[in-house]
Amino acid sequence: MLGIINGEVYDPQNGIDGQVRDIWIEDGKVISSEGVGRAGAEIIDATGLVVMPGGVDIHSHIVGAKVNSGRKFCPEDHRDHVRTRTTLTRSGSGYTVPTTYLTGYLYAEMGYTTVMEAATAPLVARHTHEELEDTPILDKGVFITMGNNHFIMNCIRDGQREKARDYVAWLLEASKGYAIKIVNPGGVENWKWGRNVSEVDDEVIGFGVTPRQIITTLAWINDELGLPHVPHIHGLNLGGIGNARTTVETIEALEGRRAHFCHLQFLSYGGKPGKRLRSGAAETARAVNEHPNVTVDVGQVIFGQATTMTSDGPLQYRLHQLTGNKWLNDDVEGETGGGVVPMLYKRKNLFNAVQWLIGMELFLLIDDPWRVFLTTDHPNAGPFFCYPQVIKLLMDREYRAEVLEGIHPRARKGALLPELDREYSLYEIAVITRAGTARALGLQDKGHLGVGADADVTIYAKLDDKEEMFAHPTYVLKGGEVVVRDGQIVRECPGRTLYVTPPYDPGIEADLRAHFEECYTISFDNYPVAAEYLPHCEVVPCA
Amino acid sequence: MTRIENVVCSFCGCLCDDIIIEVEDNCITAAKKACANGRSRFLNVHTQAAQPTVDGKEVDWPQAIDAAARILTDAAFPLIYGLSSTASEAQRKVIALADLLGATIDSTSSVCHGPTTIGIQSQGEPTCTLGEIKHRADLVIFWGCNPTEAHPRHYARYSVLARGKLTPQGRKDRTVVLVDVRPTASSKKADIFLQVRPGCDFDVLNALRALLKGRDLDVDEVGGVSVAQLQDLVGRMKDCRFGVIFFGMGVTQTGGKHLNVTELLALVAELNAHTRFTTMPMRGHGNVAGADSTLTWQTGYPFAVNFARGYPQYNPGEFTAVDMLARGEADAALAIASDPVAHFPRQAAQRLSQIPTIVLDPEMSLTAQVARVVLPTAIYGISAAGTAYRMDNVPLPLKRVVDSPQPTDEQVLDWMIERVKTCSA
Repeated sequence: MLGIINGEVYDPQNGIDGQVRDIWIEDGKVISSEGVGRAGAEIIDATGLVVMPGGVDIHSHIVGAKVNSGRKFCPEDHRDHVRTRTTLTRSGSGYTVPTTYLTGYLYAEMGYTTVMEAATAPLVARHTHEELEDTPILDKGVFITMGNNHFIMNCIRDGQREKARDYVAWLLEASKGYAIKIVNPGGVENWKWGRNVSEVDDEVIGFGVTPRQIITTLAWINDELGLPHVPHIHGLNLGGIGNARTTVETIEALEGRRAHFCHLQFLSYGGKPGKRLRSGAAETARAVNEHPNVTVDVGQVIFGQATTMTSDGPLQYRLHQLTGNKWLNDDVEGETGGGVVPMLYKRKNLFNAVQWLIGMELFLLIDDPWRVFLTTDHPNAGPFFCYPQVIKLLMDREYRAEVLEGIHPRARKGALLPELDREYSLYEIAVITRAGTARALGLQDKGHLGVGADADVTIYAKLDDKEEMFAHPTYVLKGGEVVVRDGQIVRECPGRTLYVTPPYDPGIEADLRAHFEECYTISFDNYPVAAEYLPHCEVVPCA
Repeated sequence: MTRIENVVCSFCGCLCDDIIIEVEDNCITAAKKACANGRSRFLNVHTQAAQPTVDGKEVDWPQAIDAAARILTDAAFPLIYGLSSTASEAQRKVIALADLLGATIDSTSSVCHGPTTIGIQSQGEPTCTLGEIKHRADLVIFWGCNPTEAHPRHYARYSVLARGKLTPQGRKDRTVVLVDVRPTASSKKADIFLQVRPGCDFDVLNALRALLKGRDLDVDEVGGVSVAQLQDLVGRMKDCRFGVIFFGMGVTQTGGKHLNVTELLALVAELNAHTRFTTMPMRGHGNVAGADSTLTWQTGYPFAVNFARGYPQYNPGEFTAVDMLARGEADAALAIASDPVAHFPRQAAQRLSQIPTIVLDPEMSLTAQVARVVLPTAIYGISAAGTAYRMDNVPLPLKRVVDSPQPTDEQVLDWMIERVKTCSA
């Protein structure tokens, strides 16, 4: 048994806002403090320290085909960013695209214990799971890209949404996935013709369906299957000037069904096409405030080096043309596509400065912290280990004003941000980094410290400099074991992979065999990821 | 008789996964649908027990592991080489061993598509999975490779004869171009054959880029190919619906090496301003793509990695196996799932017989014949299960279709890691 005593606890899920509490842990779970026999228990004296549940990241690209391509073609990213092996830990390298072991260590050292890999094509999910097994400490799940899937689009065209529902359930189990991911629905398929979609009612070439139909069908399926998370949507026209309008239209297209919109910063661009970028944050934040069925994460830009990587093939090609940087493209048969382009965000670049400002405005204009979450869409807008910098920007308006002074002056002109003096509290930070994300993901044992919760706990020194405070927790516990002490990994343990197994009509397999014969270059029997690939796992129940 | 369907053949980078294996008395009697290369791999399997040896004498496994661990821990600059014919599970373990030892680790990529990696690192890579080629490609170009002999089922399953959604008539719906320095079995099957003067691939690629940009060339021919032919090819490239260039060691291992690849990748990227165009290296060994991937996710780099400073460093030329051996730097070696003595230049191969060498391989290879310690293991995809990555990085499960008395590479590496830890402690 282990007790964390006298800590200042922030546990928003249970309404605890900085009260001094003791947390008792046994067998990896939080237990009731009533009748606890202290004798023989290990005690962490948290007097004067801040205690929170372990961080839960709702959207980060940490493993799999695209991330590994990013590592492979950017040796310049790794050369000056290395980790030396110790008797406890493996060596590693990488700044925006760290190696798997290093990713586990860096997240844990920042007090995060659960991370969701944001996009995997099911055809290569086996690769993703191999990398996850080499990513220590963290619990994690995988979002499966379905927004350009041929089988689903055929079902929609033929009016067979029940068949699509059974397929989605089968696909999640076959790929050992956690949630439905939708990336530029229809646009990635059209990219295989060198085209894209730009409106929710544009047509997907060869299928006669629209982005609106894909999104609404998958949102319906998600509710039917009772998946713990909601459809995780990367919308249309990402990065395009004036895309805030399409984003609002996409939110409205859901007609009240639940969904999560990821890295909203990249989808909140105002201004007119061909003109300069202006913030559209007010427009999208208003839509979010008016639609309680929607949650978002921000994808805050961090000035410095990043690596853009998405399943949005046409977007990545455009970034290659805009920047002249090297370009990797990877179209995946019958399912999706993808690309990788390195990127440098500069304070003095007007476009980048406005991107930074839009992220900040979203955080400050969306009223309900339970519906807006902290991400950098790692490594697209910046590396995840810069989250503490974002926390400081949110908690400290003087610091924010200082950074604002240093960006391109024209970005500030007419912007809302200088007028926004809201500051996040520690309680609200706990919401946007763990309680809210765990709730949105449907992870009942994560993101809180109530009885029965997973004993993933982060303990911080209470410092005025919030960046320093959140960058170097004093203790991090994973499953009740201390894994980080004073910023150093003191124990390496494997994390678990979380996935779902919604029920489906097994009759669908006959259809799928025919589909595989026609569409794939691998056999149906070799497609599902077998249980042996997940030696450490947990099935999260559906409703 | 047992019949096992959908078996993956791990001979080459095609990883055909439709093989039907028939087994009688733990012996493979048929490998249906496999090509000649695949059949010979499946049908020539022996499953008799083999003992490990140290200095030519049979020993038991603990003694052999002990000898191997001592060689590696005593060495100042040990080299681990190979990886491409074993499963990714074993690759992950052998990288962990290299990390633990502070060794150098390099895969067979360094003597085949290593320059491709360097090209991709400077230029990027517009690519796709093989199914995209099957369903969409109407212009298929093979450059410096001979799939008819090296990847015999590539045409039928993926690239030329395969019937897809937009290519319902298979071969009739495609134009096939072959570029090489001499006619080959593959060139006979092409619609257009361009014979490049040896060593002139860069020049030809560069001329194609110039023509694509609308420049006039003030010569009649480049690298043995007439400008009219090049002009015709550029026209076809721009006008196709979905094009692809598959390339082999004729591009990567001839003068210019990675510069050839960089030029090819630039050409393909630029073609995307006109139509969709992609490219893919024709990977040879069954899991050489997996070697690149596992090394990358554990170290950041796909080959030529050194751990001497306690963290991964990458430097082709410095930490590539041939160079380290030829310069006489490596003072001990572990060859896994490869036969460097058979394939390396003489000087490098000789060094392997001069230093204590350990071999982890199912076969009594030429390298095993000069090795101090030989650790005979089961065969991935035949007598051991695991994972391999196809040339387009699609991972496939390898089955165990017969039993072997030998341990797997993975098991042996586990033992070795444990022993090295106790040796070092």
